[in-house]
Amino acid sequence: MLRILRDLLRYNRGFGLGCFLLLLVAGMAALSAVSPYPPLDVYVVPPDMPPSAEFILGTTSRGQDVFWQLTLAIRNTLLFGITVAVLSRIISLTVGLLAGYLGGAVDRVLMSVNDTFIIIPLFPILVLFYFVMRDNMSWTMLAVVTASLGWSYDARLIRSMAMSLRTREFTHQAVFSGMRAPEVVLREHLPYVLPIVFSTTMNNMNWSIGLEVTLSVLGFTDINTPTIGGMIYWANQHAAMVSGIWWWVAFPVALVVCLFVGLFLLAVSMNEYIDPRSRLARTGGAG
Amino acid sequence: MTSYGSYLLKRLAQFVLVVFIGINVTYFITHATPIDPVEQTIAAATSFGQTSPAAIETMRESLRALYGVGGSPLDQYVTFWKRILIADFGPSLSAFPTPVSTLIARAVPWTAGLLTVATLLAWAIGNLLGGLAGYYRESRVLKAVGVIAMGLHPIPYYIIAFVLLIVFGFLWPILPITGAHDPGVERSLNLPFVLSVLKHAILPAMSLILVGIGTWFMGMRALVSNTVTEDYTVYAELAGVKRSRIMRSYVMRNAIAPQVTGLAMSLGAIFNGAIITEQVFGYPGLGTLLIAAVHAGDYSLVIGVTSVSIIAVSAAVLLVDLAYPLLDPRVRER
Repeated sequence: MLRILRDLLRYNRGFGLGCFLLLLVAGMAALSAVSPYPPLDVYVVPPDMPPSAEFILGTTSRGQDVFWQLTLAIRNTLLFGITVAVLSRIISLTVGLLAGYLGGAVDRVLMSVNDTFIIIPLFPILVLFYFVMRDNMSWTMLAVVTASLGWSYDARLIRSMAMSLRTREFTHQAVFSGMRAPEVVLREHLPYVLPIVFSTTMNNMNWSIGLEVTLSVLGFTDINTPTIGGMIYWANQHAAMVSGIWWWVAFPVALVVCLFVGLFLLAVSMNEYIDPRSRLARTGGAG
Repeated sequence: MTSYGSYLLKRLAQFVLVVFIGINVTYFITHATPIDPVEQTIAAATSFGQTSPAAIETMRESLRALYGVGGSPLDQYVTFWKRILIADFGPSLSAFPTPVSTLIARAVPWTAGLLTVATLLAWAIGNLLGGLAGYYRESRVLKAVGVIAMGLHPIPYYIIAFVLLIVFGFLWPILPITGAHDPGVERSLNLPFVLSVLKHAILPAMSLILVGIGTWFMGMRALVSNTVTEDYTVYAELAGVKRSRIMRSYVMRNAIAPQVTGLAMSLGAIFNGAIITEQVFGYPGLGTLLIAAVHAGDYSLVIGVTSVSIIAVSAAVLLVDLAYPLLDPRVRER
């Protein structure tokens, strides 16, 4: 494991940069634990101060310190992404592995549903959901709904792997030695698909965080939980760009872009590592 | 049955299934949640002034009839489907008494126009550049394009649109940042109007294209780097076929088919992006309509836009899928 990490850091610049960006973001999130101000208090510092030695990223029109507000916001945004990723991984692994292993009618039904979720525009559905729930919309509920909509791409990918695993020798051996379907899938196939699942997790987090940011910017989430989108929402409410309070918008946008690019670079370099053909192409071994 | 016929039937069945599941999700969200839309609308309508209890009761009755929330769950379900199938979502509450379908019909051309142009441009440019980058691997310019594409690709539409708004709206104000055309221009097919529409579409389209190019670029580069190592490409090279011809007819032609499937699969996501872009730039399409409807508490309009979006996107996917056999003879002929 450590050797893989060392190799990746040495030969893959994308991986190094991705790790650096994510460490930066994680560091910010960790700092939220020592924030001197409670997350929702307003007018704790003088409003509209530009970045300075005292307030390194300035203060908002609501009298909040941008730096400390940002640490809390990125922590919640990051937690949201991780929660959605874990929940949707469970669904996509179950659907993908079962459809691939069982095949036949089960496969056809599951994949029809799966393709439907790929095609349907999810954003209007999430907006509709907020519209119906209104003030009852909580952070947890949004995570659960997003996860239950965002598993389809990975389920397809996992299914295609499970289909080829099914024809392999060790699967036959497991079946002949009396293993039942859930056991074969869990004990024999799951370890094979985990690396690719790990890499698609990053993309899934990008997707869900992007949705969350968008929904909160529009004010369609629980605005009492500070998130990156929530910060931009409040900045827009106070017309921060028009009145020249650019630091209220620029720093949240910059930080969340770091998160997106970091996650994406990690996913790409993981993929390259998993796929030996592209590794060879990189070192000039083939093609 | 011919191969194309069975392909057509399969795709049609898929289309029907997608619409069926999508509309059911819409129904489920609006009917299985503990919140009563009628009471919500009444609360919103009466929060601004005094209304007599009798008037509220009349309103409640008419809203129940309008939303089809009276009767047994089965009745409600049937009413819901009936409304969708005849495209009658009742009058809009925020723009009473204009029917929801009129508001949607007014917004659809803007969204459809913006989406079609932006998607096709992004797809064409992204694939062309990606194909070139996969074939001419040593080119420094194409490598630089690759780095930019990778940097832009993971950033969500909203952030890109927002940054464009800040750059061209505040820092360097050269392009209009809101609306679909200048308010003073007469709405007919004359040159000033067309120019005004085009100018207003630049920023919304650009935000969609910037994200889109990255996706297609990276997909195409990966596909092409596989086709260039295929035997037929190597053989053509050894046989002295011109490089431009190999690129066009041997490499790109074979790599383009999966990208068409990819286009069909990502239309939903692109549509999501368009909704957000419209909102940022105040473009009068479905997205702006949807978000305004949410803010105004207009239940029938929200359901109308959601259902129409689901049907429209599935129909667009069907169209792309039906065009696919034109590119891939393996599907066209057995």
